Amino acid sequence: MKNAQAFSSQISDLLVMVERNLLRYVRLPQLLVFSTIQPIMFLLLFTYVFGGAILTQYASYIDFLLPGILVQSVLFGALQTGAGLVEDLNKGLVDRFRSLPMARGAVLGGRTLADMMRNIFVILLMISVGYMIGFRAHEGFWNALTAFTLLLYLGFAFSWVSAAIGMLTRTVEAAQVAGFIWVFPLVFTSSIFVPVNTMPDWLQFFARINPVTVTADSIRMLLLGSPDSAELASKFIAAFVWIAILLVVFVPLAVRLYRRSS
Amino acid sequence: MQSITVAGVRKSFGEVKALRGVDLEVQKGTILGLLGPNGAGKTTLIRALATLLLPDEGSLYVEGYDAVKEPDAVRRLIGLTGQYAAVDEQLTGRENLVMVGRLYHMDIDAARVRAQELLEKFDLADAADRTLKTYSGGMRRRIDLAASLVNRPPVLFLDEPTIGLDPLSRRGLWGIIHELVTDGTTVLLTTQYLEEADYLSNNIVVIDRGVVIARGTPQELKTRAGGDVLEVRLSRPEQAIQAQAALTSLGDASITAPGVLVLPLPGNGKALPHAIRALDGANVGIEEFELRHPTLDEAFLHLTNRIV
Repeated sequence: MKNAQAFSSQISDLLVMVERNLLRYVRLPQLLVFSTIQPIMFLLLFTYVFGGAILTQYASYIDFLLPGILVQSVLFGALQTGAGLVEDLNKGLVDRFRSLPMARGAVLGGRTLADMMRNIFVILLMISVGYMIGFRAHEGFWNALTAFTLLLYLGFAFSWVSAAIGMLTRTVEAAQVAGFIWVFPLVFTSSIFVPVNTMPDWLQFFARINPVTVTADSIRMLLLGSPDSAELASKFIAAFVWIAILLVVFVPLAVRLYRRSS
Repeated sequence: MQSITVAGVRKSFGEVKALRGVDLEVQKGTILGLLGPNGAGKTTLIRALATLLLPDEGSLYVEGYDAVKEPDAVRRLIGLTGQYAAVDEQLTGRENLVMVGRLYHMDIDAARVRAQELLEKFDLADAADRTLKTYSGGMRRRIDLAASLVNRPPVLFLDEPTIGLDPLSRRGLWGIIHELVTDGTTVLLTTQYLEEADYLSNNIVVIDRGVVIARGTPQELKTRAGGDVLEVRLSRPEQAIQAQAALTSLGDASITAPGVLVLPLPGNGKALPHAIRALDGANVGIEEFELRHPTLDEAFLHLTNRIV
């Protein structure tokens, strides 16, 4: 009974924090605009400027590109998780939360869950823009939903990575710079923009095991079909293993750093 | 009856020894003013009491609970207002208070009722549904203090609560703090404004470089700082050095402002004629002079051995 009560108050703390973070997106729509303009620019830039020079196995480059851009947008979005937490820390808001008898993980959990919900909006918007410029998925609703869920989990896992880095860096500027240091290699040495087999061998090794590549490839095959269902299965499992590893490592790490931050 | 007991608390941050063995007690329903220069360790002590950091050594008790071993019990009994207004700028005043109430696990209706009460008490009812971005500095401090009071805590920690406020807002906040103590709240207040400590505190503890260097009532500390002081305003400020030299036989006069000298003058003013004669003999023109009790500022500087 007492445990049940403790559990329900932890859930309540988490919901209060999710609500607070979502309200911030409503009050500061520019946060949402900035997290969508950048991937839309990449989408248009690569489709119309570089797309003609990039050969893929798909009939049009936009089909290859959009699933990758979706992964890129949840990764860039994850950077906001750390920056937002550092801002709360520096403004003394975290002191307020830490002096309350609330669940220790709720501040981080509320933020990462709210960012996951923001990603629902970002992904739907990106797909809409993709449709306007010629992207078409043709593997049915359930495959699309599976792809969507995979993206949300990947974004959630990277939000925790970003949260842990934010707790270590302590200033918003440093959190953003540190964020780009891990996001850029992950995004560009992957199959987001170009097929991995065009890269030199040594780079291919990294690009193939990159969580971004396995997720982007899984989403491509889920949305556009795959001649080889074993390949889809192996990429999909690799993506899930990556997500699990990131969560197992970074959730406890971020929570521990949060508790110590003073 | 003690509400707060701190014994032998030490805390270092790497090489920096922020607290080097601090003891203090605060009686229930009183205000203790914790005074000290920047970096004295005031904020570190408040943060340790508010369960935000662990001491290296020593014990901290709040209402009988150990802040180190029973942090959640302590958190239920305290309110904390720090140097920054720890509120969410993107939320309205009401949303901030309701959020804090729900984090104390009040049900949502109770949290709303309490928020309304506090908004009225702190004269924020008209601004309740505006986001805090639009609040003035004084309003932010009030909403921050209101957020610390949502749970009706018996113990309140105020870390420089009026820093950066205009005199009117400061007076307003003093009134609120005074009222809380009248209702039985125990307050531990840090401040650099000696006037504030003088006005609000029942007792004062002065800390410097992580140790307590004096404690007592404001009156006791002022008395301990020595006897009366003579303050002289010269008619020609450029003569200050000359005046200082003329007074060396009576003591070390310090120049506190252009053309203003302050000289400690113990002995109920018996030396006053000598001082006047000395200045007159050196052809220093006097515009104004006053024999008065030392202020808490002077007591503080005396205690911390800082030169004016």
